[in-house]
Amino acid sequence: MLTLVLPLAEAAGEEPSPLLPHTAEIIFGFVFLILLAIAFAKVVVPKFEKAYADRTAAIEGGMNEAKQAQAEAKAALEKYNAQLAEARSEAAKIREDAREQGAQIIAEMREQAGVEAERIVSHARTQIDAERTQAVASLRGEVGTMATTLAGRIVGESLEDEARQRRTVERFLSELEASESARAAVGTDG
Amino acid sequence: MIAGVPTEFTPPGPESFNTTPIIDGVDWFTKPVLVAALSVVVIVWFFWGASRKAAVVPSKLQFAGELGYNFVRNSIARDAIGSQDYMRFVPYLTGLFFFILLNNVAASIPLIQFPTFSHIGWAYVAAIMSWVIYNAVGIKKKGLWGYFKHQTMPAGVPGWLMPLMIPIEFISNILVRPVSLSLRLFANMFAGHILLLVFVLGGEYMVFESGSIALGGVGIITFLMGLAIAALELFVQCIQAYIFVVLTAQYIGSAIADEH
Repeated sequence: MLTLVLPLAEAAGEEPSPLLPHTAEIIFGFVFLILLAIAFAKVVVPKFEKAYADRTAAIEGGMNEAKQAQAEAKAALEKYNAQLAEARSEAAKIREDAREQGAQIIAEMREQAGVEAERIVSHARTQIDAERTQAVASLRGEVGTMATTLAGRIVGESLEDEARQRRTVERFLSELEASESARAAVGTDG
Repeated sequence: MIAGVPTEFTPPGPESFNTTPIIDGVDWFTKPVLVAALSVVVIVWFFWGASRKAAVVPSKLQFAGELGYNFVRNSIARDAIGSQDYMRFVPYLTGLFFFILLNNVAASIPLIQFPTFSHIGWAYVAAIMSWVIYNAVGIKKKGLWGYFKHQTMPAGVPGWLMPLMIPIEFISNILVRPVSLSLRLFANMFAGHILLLVFVLGGEYMVFESGSIALGGVGIITFLMGLAIAALELFVQCIQAYIFVVLTAQYIGSAIADEH
């Protein structure tokens, strides 16, 4: 193509073909383009790329932080849940213990009350026995007097001698007692 | 050229792109060189300012810089090259994209109004750099023979087709790519500028110099058309910067791609 244009351009006179470059422009072209490439390679691209890398790091850092916070929150939740479950089981155990203890206390109390009742009953019984013995003794005296009085009246004689009197009464009472105990034995049998 | 007096209209042509030295005697210091140098200064200044205090929470300037940088980094480089290898090409691709973009858009900025890439030298340079890079990384990864095989022998093609496939693939993948890259960019800028010149200069001629009222009316319409074309050109200027860098990234990606 150049060979076609060249002779034409020369034939037309001093007018050079527009397809022929100027030497100065070739040189400046290379200089300018290489200059620009170097300027971009040395300054602009590294600066922008660093800003991009920082930006990516900032975003990723934020995301990592959020992830970490989430993990921490999850761990805390698990811990609280575990603590709660522990507290619950402990409470249940305490309740169970309390129930057992309560039952035990009640049983003990019941036993104690039983013993106490027994004691009161036996005490009352001995008291009653003593009172009865006392009553029997006093009755014995009374009955003796009454009987002697009666006997004196009946036989018309005064039994002044106290010793004799007592003997007589003793004898009488022994008989009376014997018959009474025989009657009691029959009563319990019956 | 005096208003009202009919003169010959000289249509704009390749000579419209001849630039004279800005300073007499310094032949190399022409408008495209100045614009390209300014574009480098602006790009470096902007991105340096945007990235200097690059932080996790971006400032407004950093946000704007990231927007442009991310566009090339993610939408062009990563998509075409793949997320494994793209980072080492991002500096070149970003610089290339903004260099082409600013120089193209400069053609739509009042007072500059000259597309740097309508001088084909710039387009050649950009295409050669891309060509060298994609071939170099391909050869570095696969070895000379492995890279040649990778570029010229597509997998799944029967052996008897190889004599046909190898020359075709070699021409299209190795020889034509830099030419098509540079010519596409150059031709778009060149044609767009010439189209704009035709409409604006033609309109101007018809309104002010033709001396005919009818032509004057047509001239106004032509001028308005020129405005529409200027808007279209702004779009084309951006698209061409994008296409050039996307294709470069794709060539790199295909050069280092693993066999499927």
